[in-house]
Amino acid sequence: MTPEPAAPKTPLLEMRGITKRYPGVVANDGISLDLHAGEIHALLGENGAGKSTLMNVLYGLAAPDEGEILLNGESIQIASPHDAIERGISMVHQHFMLIPVLTVADNIVLGDEPMRNAVVLDQAASAKRIRDLGSSLGWDIEPDRKVGELSVGWQQRVEILKAIYRNAKVLVLDEPTSVLTPQETREIFGVLRRLKEEGYAIIFISHKLYEVLEIADRITVIRRGKVVGSRRPAETNEDELAEMMVGREVELTVDRGESHPSEPLLTVRDLAVRDDRGREVVHGVSFEIRAGEILGIAGVAGNGQDELVGALTGLRRPHGGTVTLGSLDVTGADPRTLHKLGVGYVPGDRQRYGLVMSFPVSDNLVLNDYYHPPYAHGLIRDDAAVQADAVAAIAKYDVRCPSSVVAAETLSGGNQQKLIVAREFEGEVRLLILDQPTRGLDVGSIEFIHRQAIAKRDTGVALLLVSAELDEVLELSDRIGVMYRGRIVEFLDGRTADREDVGLLMATGGRESGIQEQIVEAAS
Amino acid sequence: MIGRIRSVVLVPLLSIVLALVAGGILMILTSPLVTGDLSLILPLEAYAAIVSGAFGSFDGVVRTLVNATPLLLAGLAVGIGFKAGLFNIGAQGQFLIGALASTAVALGISDGSPWVAIPVALLAGMVGGLIWGFVPGALKAYTGAHEVVTTIMLNYVALAVISWAVSGPMRGANVTFARTDDIVGAALPVLFGRDGHLGILLAAVAVPIAAWLLYRSTIGFEIRTTGANPDAARYAGMRPRVVIVFTMSLCGLFAGLAGATEILGEVGYMTASYSTGVGFDAIAVALLGRAHPVGILFAALLFGAMQAGAGNMQILAGLPVQMVDVLQAVILLFLTAEIVVRRIFRVRGETAEMVELASVSRSYGGERAA
Amino acid sequence: MEALYDIPVIGLVIQFVAYVVAQFPLVAPIIVAAAVPIVFGALCGFMNERSGVVNIGIEGMMLIAAFAAWWAASLAAQAIPATPGPFGITPALLIGLVAGILAACLTSVLHAWLSISLRADQIISGTIINLFAFGITGYLNILVSQSAPPAGGQFARILLPGSITELPVIGLVLKSFISVGPIALTMLISVVVLQYLLYRSRWGLRTRAVGEHPRAAETVGIDVIRLRYRNVILGGVFAGLAGAYLTIEFGNAFQSGMTNGRGFIALAALIFGRWTPLGSFGAALLFAASVGLERSIRIAPPTGSLGDLLTAIPSQFYGALPYIITIVVLAGVVGRSVAPAADGRPYQRESKAA
Repeated sequence: MTPEPAAPKTPLLEMRGITKRYPGVVANDGISLDLHAGEIHALLGENGAGKSTLMNVLYGLAAPDEGEILLNGESIQIASPHDAIERGISMVHQHFMLIPVLTVADNIVLGDEPMRNAVVLDQAASAKRIRDLGSSLGWDIEPDRKVGELSVGWQQRVEILKAIYRNAKVLVLDEPTSVLTPQETREIFGVLRRLKEEGYAIIFISHKLYEVLEIADRITVIRRGKVVGSRRPAETNEDELAEMMVGREVELTVDRGESHPSEPLLTVRDLAVRDDRGREVVHGVSFEIRAGEILGIAGVAGNGQDELVGALTGLRRPHGGTVTLGSLDVTGADPRTLHKLGVGYVPGDRQRYGLVMSFPVSDNLVLNDYYHPPYAHGLIRDDAAVQADAVAAIAKYDVRCPSSVVAAETLSGGNQQKLIVAREFEGEVRLLILDQPTRGLDVGSIEFIHRQAIAKRDTGVALLLVSAELDEVLELSDRIGVMYRGRIVEFLDGRTADREDVGLLMATGGRESGIQEQIVEAAS
Repeated sequence: MIGRIRSVVLVPLLSIVLALVAGGILMILTSPLVTGDLSLILPLEAYAAIVSGAFGSFDGVVRTLVNATPLLLAGLAVGIGFKAGLFNIGAQGQFLIGALASTAVALGISDGSPWVAIPVALLAGMVGGLIWGFVPGALKAYTGAHEVVTTIMLNYVALAVISWAVSGPMRGANVTFARTDDIVGAALPVLFGRDGHLGILLAAVAVPIAAWLLYRSTIGFEIRTTGANPDAARYAGMRPRVVIVFTMSLCGLFAGLAGATEILGEVGYMTASYSTGVGFDAIAVALLGRAHPVGILFAALLFGAMQAGAGNMQILAGLPVQMVDVLQAVILLFLTAEIVVRRIFRVRGETAEMVELASVSRSYGGERAA
Repeated sequence: MEALYDIPVIGLVIQFVAYVVAQFPLVAPIIVAAAVPIVFGALCGFMNERSGVVNIGIEGMMLIAAFAAWWAASLAAQAIPATPGPFGITPALLIGLVAGILAACLTSVLHAWLSISLRADQIISGTIINLFAFGITGYLNILVSQSAPPAGGQFARILLPGSITELPVIGLVLKSFISVGPIALTMLISVVVLQYLLYRSRWGLRTRAVGEHPRAAETVGIDVIRLRYRNVILGGVFAGLAGAYLTIEFGNAFQSGMTNGRGFIALAALIFGRWTPLGSFGAALLFAASVGLERSIRIAPPTGSLGDLLTAIPSQFYGALPYIITIVVLAGVVGRSVAPAADGRPYQRESKAA
């Protein structure tokens, strides 16, 4: 806990009365925020609260309708990222702004390249500068590796190097830990504390309460575009922050209750899957899900989860192993066959795989079933039947939309996801595959979908949950499998799984802990 | 309902108006080359001549319909492709092969009864066009080769095939230059006026068939879903590969039919250097009609009228008929730059966008269909 | 050797190889000449697509440039008669060259405006340019030809001294590649320079970044819109050179539609060449080789069983050969050759996002 400053000093950065309107919504409503050098100020809010918009304003990616920004007490204009960078404001984005086919060096120096003359780059100087910068933070950086080949954790480091490569004074980090394991998160926190001591002013955006309490000197909570309040970590706790974030008392976790699983429904044996480049990224995965239970797959993104899900949903052919549904071999079956057998799928990228954005809500609801009665007879579609069922589904799943014929793209993210849930959770579904089901959603929608999932489990459906949000996996899963480098390295009981242990498995695949155990055993 | 029609029709209409103005300016600027000195009334003379040529007489109206027929069928060939996210620039080649195939068959069965000869010859045209559409469709579906380039290449190959066929195996009996004999048995009967042939009816019937197919059938649903979001289509159990091949073949069929009706109804024989611009005009027709069968109908009528009146324009105002091609391109230009149109005419609101176009450009780099 | 020729299938292949080798001196200059517009077209496409803008209007740009160059040179030659200098240069030809380049650049501005500022579909934009180009050049050509204007002249090739061209292999290579007109020479220089700049210059790095991930480039302060505009317009220069080449160096007259699909073959060359200048150059030579083959068979057909086979194939097939090869190449190569990731997607600045 940092001691109170002896005398008040001018904040390095101040945002006063920032208001930003978009059609139909006030994203930022008179927000004021200040930041001192050598402090970490956390911005806390749920998805859609307006945190990203505020940072876009700061970084010159959006122009505020009202309000001003002051640097060292002086009012400044930031019209583009170029201006922000010149003023010493650097940003580490939530979705990495890295170019996979370019090298680490290229990505870091882009926009401020060391030159040998007016035209030609000085690539040797770039490499040296980057190596030096990396080692100042304790990292061994290879400037000539292509960024696309790096792991997510290393890409994060490149993003951070990119931010401090320019003489920055203010660092903004947008949800930096969303793709990291608990161990990597701790390491990043160490880096941030070091940067803080060097005098950086850091804004840390997150929706994760415990992280914010751990790393921040001050916490400002934003809800629906307005500042709700500021606290020091010592003065508050998770419950109070959660209530400030959402505006009502929140159950942070849904109680999933006891599960009563019956016979095995999905059996996967030695499944091997290749990625788009032909490399094997799932090596002999085996597991079983019983009817009436939820199996959660935890793991850092990029360890083969996408390809595993692809193989189970029919979008990818496995090249080894078997998948059995009930007593039927469905290895390599196509999506339609799987759907007919009762497999539902809520995809991770809803706009790309789950919906046709320009089509009406009603058409989206029959995307899997449009070709058979009652929605069609032979080749002829029956629009009346489609509409009738659509109206019923919208009501049942509380999808907020003016009518059943509006285009899906007019719905909010949460309602789009509810639409997909309305489609996949209905019918005679026996197995539900949920891939990042609550990514980017507001708390209310997250709660809704979690409850629906548990309700389905209680009616005897088997659920496979794949999520990069460790907390979601811990909350919902009766059993947990940890995926690491294409294998499931361990299975844990959802009732007793420990967050730290799972995090360690996600980060290292368990070899480290295995070795430690051997050392302990040998010593005793 | 009125609002919806308005939002769909207003911008295309205004684009046409602006294009006529821009075309008029071009005519004024080039009038010294036409008449010898600057003529400010040249546009008026030209447009008046076009209108009188297209609508001023019964024959003119028939001419308009006759011109509109291949444009309509070929326009559907392009428009249906758009709905699937495909850019069928190959309507030209499909048209030509359809014309060739129908001519070959028509010449082969020239002593049969018209009741047999005509359907068979038309069918041959459709099959020929279908094949010429199938090839780029299959290439796109299974190798990712973008149809924009492959269909244009096939257009040139089609010209070569015609040149070879008509100079060689299909060469007429007593002809002084490379051409086929006249088609007799399978010639489409004239129904009204001097040239109003059966093809006009076929084109008219094609519109509701295409509309029904796209908007009321499950096949149409698959086509439109593949065009709007091929990834979601896959996950919904559709097979984009099959849809792409089917759609390109269907487009080829329509364009082949267009070629067949043109030869059997209008021209009556083929030359080794036979060529028309119908395939390219069809692109403009499809875009102007926003890839909807009814829109394509009106666009085809407009362009058909312009072509019917072009001859009159050349005679009365002295302008080369190519000016009509320029006008068509400028109409498209304003249609595409609709934000300019909106600003000039202060039109607010959203136009019905052609979402499928995003798929056309996005697949350019070679994403293979799945 | 003759015995080898008689082996059933392989014999034909051997004959073919022998024929090609023997014909090479005759055919090499033809191949280079045919490759020039394709390479320039590919370079135009390269400038566009590396920045993330699809441009299928290269054909139209070439055509407009061809007409503009021809007409301007013709008018200038009538106004400023002069005797040709080295390379056959006259003021008229220079004026024609500038006119061609200018015409293509203006057309590029149109494409840039539609694709970048208005965010219209880029393939539609290119198609409009093609349609417009065919229409306007056809229209103006008819009007202008009424008065039968004289030719504006033609750039000539440099003639290397005999002592160099007589050298065994190098002599032939030099003769084919250097003993060409100024515009063709510019093509060779452009390929080398652009290839170097792509990977070693700041322009190259930023262009590649914008073509792959424009949002990332914007967040480091690069003006994506401005970079795209500049590259598209510079690309127009190459399309202009391609068009001008056709009417004031390769030939000296204009015909309606004379580009004959070269702009599209150029696109295929770009794809085949993995969006690099050097790769496109190689691919263009391949396509041009089919032109050379056609010419060679027509002028000096092979003898023996190969000759019988080749002359039995109708001439139209050879004419169609470049197009057929393009299709085959595309089918085999696309999907394996990866386009810049942001190719074809209109970019919207966050700062102006609604």
